[in-house]
Amino acid sequence: MVMNSGPVARPDNMTKKNGAAGPRGNFRGQSLVVPGEDLGDSEDFEAGHGVIAISGRLKAVKQGRLREKGGSISVDPTHTRYIPRPGDLVIGYIEGCTNNLWFIELGAPFNAILPMSLGPGKVDFGGTRSVMDIGDAVLCRIQEVEETHSSVVTMKGMGLRKIRSGVVEEIDPHLLGRLIGKGGESLRRLKAEADCRIVVADNGRMWIDGELDGILEVRNKLSVISDRNNGGEN
Amino acid sequence: MGGYGDVQMIDENGLRMDGRSPGDIREVTIETGVIPVADGSCRMTWGTNEAIVGVYGPMEAHPRKIQRQDRAVLDVAYNMAPFSTTDRIRPGFNRRSREISKVTKDALESVVLLELYPRSKIRVTIEILSAEAGTRCVGLTAASVALADAGIPMTDLVVSVASGKINDVVVCDLNKEEDNYGEADLPMGILPNSGELVFLQMDGDLSQEEFKQAWDYNMDAAQVVHGLMVEALKGGDSQ
Repeated sequence: MVMNSGPVARPDNMTKKNGAAGPRGNFRGQSLVVPGEDLGDSEDFEAGHGVIAISGRLKAVKQGRLREKGGSISVDPTHTRYIPRPGDLVIGYIEGCTNNLWFIELGAPFNAILPMSLGPGKVDFGGTRSVMDIGDAVLCRIQEVEETHSSVVTMKGMGLRKIRSGVVEEIDPHLLGRLIGKGGESLRRLKAEADCRIVVADNGRMWIDGELDGILEVRNKLSVISDRNNGGEN
Repeated sequence: MGGYGDVQMIDENGLRMDGRSPGDIREVTIETGVIPVADGSCRMTWGTNEAIVGVYGPMEAHPRKIQRQDRAVLDVAYNMAPFSTTDRIRPGFNRRSREISKVTKDALESVVLLELYPRSKIRVTIEILSAEAGTRCVGLTAASVALADAGIPMTDLVVSVASGKINDVVVCDLNKEEDNYGEADLPMGILPNSGELVFLQMDGDLSQEEFKQAWDYNMDAAQVVHGLMVEALKGGDSQ
């Protein structure tokens, strides 16, 4: 979206087009907010996700849609980064390895580690790279997230494996709900239409395995979801 | 700041060489989401200045020695393209670009909630494609839009505007000639919602009254540009 000002802007013809400084009385319309926008008195509402209280006023800290629920207001961000949580199914890429562990890139602010003991099958000390090398994609699960945000992933579990076929696609994690639909209905329909095996991970990545036409169909669906989020035509 | 007093830059009607009144700013255009592979991006034109900013992250900070255990680090790189001015600029970093990268980083650190992402890094790359005075202001303003576009939590947007003095008259948003031959330049980084300052530099001399006038011009212009920034960010969503 392009915004143009007039040829010149003068202090005497300035107007606040966004109403940013004014408190908002009605949150039902799910209005869009940007960082720094004043959201009213902190006594009226509790600060939820993407909102902070400063000097008795609520302020948005993220760009997104305002949501009011149960006396608290929060911002559903337009763009998000995955934050690991224990138990999440994730798809990561090997970014490095030592003699006894792999470093996994999950699309999060912090890399995870996969110890040899939690790797696929039996691995000899020093033989990590022969089992999974840098750049390989793996389907794994978050085992533990420490206070320092370090996370440990495991490949011990049903279906957890190195990805050897198909493609890995990625969308913002907060858009997964739109892909999956209520009760998984949209995803089930997409799987049937594309005749593909689709594994959706919590970090916004998904493994798509099947015929080329099917993969392209799924890719199109993902681009439609992303474009809608970014204000595109679709 | 050449300070050539004989160069006439304001006519008898009080208008500047490009027809603007002392309080006018140049035309501003803001566009978000211009780099598909970046987490957030912004293209901003301000007069004939043009900047493209890409934001990547938060991501694992490498090398590990730059990691901070209690917060993320901002890695800001300001660079002018070799073709951005009439005289070709030698590619790569120089003393000026290092200085501007540092002051931009310091200004942005005041608003970005870095403590939410310990041990990680947020990379902000500012590329100036066309330069005509005030590129540090354009770079900083565009960087704050790109950070918001990337979903990075911030307490406010940052608007940067410069005012200065030409022929003993305080004017807002200097163009190239005014910057080169004027007597003073006062770039400021302003948080538009609170009116706080996160960045201030001054080149040349201003009296107290002139400083106050330049300050007021910057504060007023910041509100205009902030309105455009908000509209550009909100316009990114069709629903």
